[in-house]
Amino acid sequence: MPATRANGRLRPISIARRPLTALLLPVPIVCFIGNLLTDLAYLNSGGNLIWLNFSTWLNAAGLVFGAIAAVLLLIDTVRSSVSWATFLFLAAAWVVEFINALVHARDGWTAVAGIGLILSIIGVVLILISGWLWQSVRYAGVEVRP
Amino acid sequence: MNRLLIAALLASLAACGSSQKIDTSQQMGPNPVLPEPSEELVAAVGVPKVVGWKNGETPVVPPGFKIEAMATGFESPRNVYPLANGDVLVVETQRVGSEPVDRPKDPIRDFIMTMAHGGGGAKETAGAGGGPPQRITLLRDANGDGKPELRSVLVDHLNSPFGVVLVGNDLYVANTDSIVRYPFTPGQTKITAPGQKVIDLPGGLIDHHWTKSLTASPDGTKLYAGVGSNSNIQERGPEAETNRAAIWEVDPKTGAYRIFASGLRNPNGLTFYPGSNTLWAVINERDELGPNLVPDYMTSVKDGAFYGWPWSYYGQHVDARPRPQRPDMVAKAIPPDYALSSHVAPLGLAFYTGSSFPALFRGGAFVGEHGSWNRHELNGYRVVFIRFAGGKPVGKPMNFVAGFLDRDGNARGRPVGVAVDRTGALLIADDVGNTVWRVSYQGGGAAPATAGK
Repeated sequence: MPATRANGRLRPISIARRPLTALLLPVPIVCFIGNLLTDLAYLNSGGNLIWLNFSTWLNAAGLVFGAIAAVLLLIDTVRSSVSWATFLFLAAAWVVEFINALVHARDGWTAVAGIGLILSIIGVVLILISGWLWQSVRYAGVEVRP
Repeated sequence: MNRLLIAALLASLAACGSSQKIDTSQQMGPNPVLPEPSEELVAAVGVPKVVGWKNGETPVVPPGFKIEAMATGFESPRNVYPLANGDVLVVETQRVGSEPVDRPKDPIRDFIMTMAHGGGGAKETAGAGGGPPQRITLLRDANGDGKPELRSVLVDHLNSPFGVVLVGNDLYVANTDSIVRYPFTPGQTKITAPGQKVIDLPGGLIDHHWTKSLTASPDGTKLYAGVGSNSNIQERGPEAETNRAAIWEVDPKTGAYRIFASGLRNPNGLTFYPGSNTLWAVINERDELGPNLVPDYMTSVKDGAFYGWPWSYYGQHVDARPRPQRPDMVAKAIPPDYALSSHVAPLGLAFYTGSSFPALFRGGAFVGEHGSWNRHELNGYRVVFIRFAGGKPVGKPMNFVAGFLDRDGNARGRPVGVAVDRTGALLIADDVGNTVWRVSYQGGGAAPATAGK
């Protein structure tokens, strides 16, 4: 599992030559987008709390997997001399969504209406940029299929 | 880097939120100052560590009064009910289990609450039988010296009981999910007859505010039960609040009931004003609108009245959180009588019906303030006295029994139920100090002339 040297460059943290970041980074992307959609559903429903509950769990799952992905990506970035941009956008998305988790912990309408929805939108934009940038990463000796 | 960034963001966001800079005394009395709501990013939490009472330590009372432990070694005593013959019933109780998890926030909140009750984060304190205490203990103090000669488990294996009231030879106990009647002859030290259910009360899986306060009308024909809400501000959905946040009027003969008053988030300390047909209660108001919102209160409860929860507070101040909004209900909401200040958690109320305390105490109210958990600066953790004139509260509350927190802000005890015994002494159930305290008047010392702060 540990990164090994090949052609003078470092490989990403992988299992059987498949980088783990490729598996983990999509989770926060999907969850944060889901969080935004359930936020909109909540506001649209006039306050049906099931949507707010969905939002908080999607956000929490995105934070957990986003944190793991960020750690792996940070190590890969340092060791494989790839661009910092992917990691920085992921980290920024994580911070925004963490604050969003605190806002979403409010009891009812003010958990989403206003700042909650704005943070959900910012988080989605940042995580999408991170995911898009990651597509351009090519690790030495490891093929990353689209 | 992340951590710094988070800290900076939190600080800046927190700074643009809360500024409810008012003194708690401005929120005591009939016209509390109500600042703008301030929903903090990280809900303020201040839970004192429970350290208990060391040998010889007691709460503090004004000069001329004496406070002594009537009995110690209880398990979470939350209510006291003195009988005419000098016996005192002590309700030892805890909630069972934890609430279902709807959001990631829920287990965190539950953990904080168990810390506040001295559970050290554990689910519940183990009772003698292994589980939580579920019993009523009888103390016999025949000579009225405050030292019980006998202690006996009157009835055990209840279901998170709280309220208790004796009407003739019927002892009514309010479990968290039902009112049960036991045949009881004063003098009896153990009840062996099975209880007979009078009516089911809202319990269920969530049962957020689980303490069901109980009293009887002066003529004994009706029972009144306090049924607290199932949430802070309806975040479990409106279905979970059916017939909750209300005071029920129950006919003990037929088991019929009606909602006597509603919009009362968590009503406790149900008591009729002596010599009247006016019901009073103390109410725990909503959280997470800032350290100085919303003031908890004491109020006379009007038949059929609506007091705002969840849609508004203190009359018609609209709460933005519960949806859909109900302007029709807000229009009906009436303000309560007397604010106690925010987050003090009043759980006990007793009017002074004795004659051994100085004259200014007669007809006044003692309120047991269990103490705050969701503001940084602790509030409550005391028994206050509010003077009454013409059946109405006057002036500011007087800090009557203090010292439940030590100098470092740890909890030695927390007052819950209060009552006046037949000698005119004040009894206090202390649920984390596991003690029943008794305050008597010795005279001599200068009695407080006015009920100032």
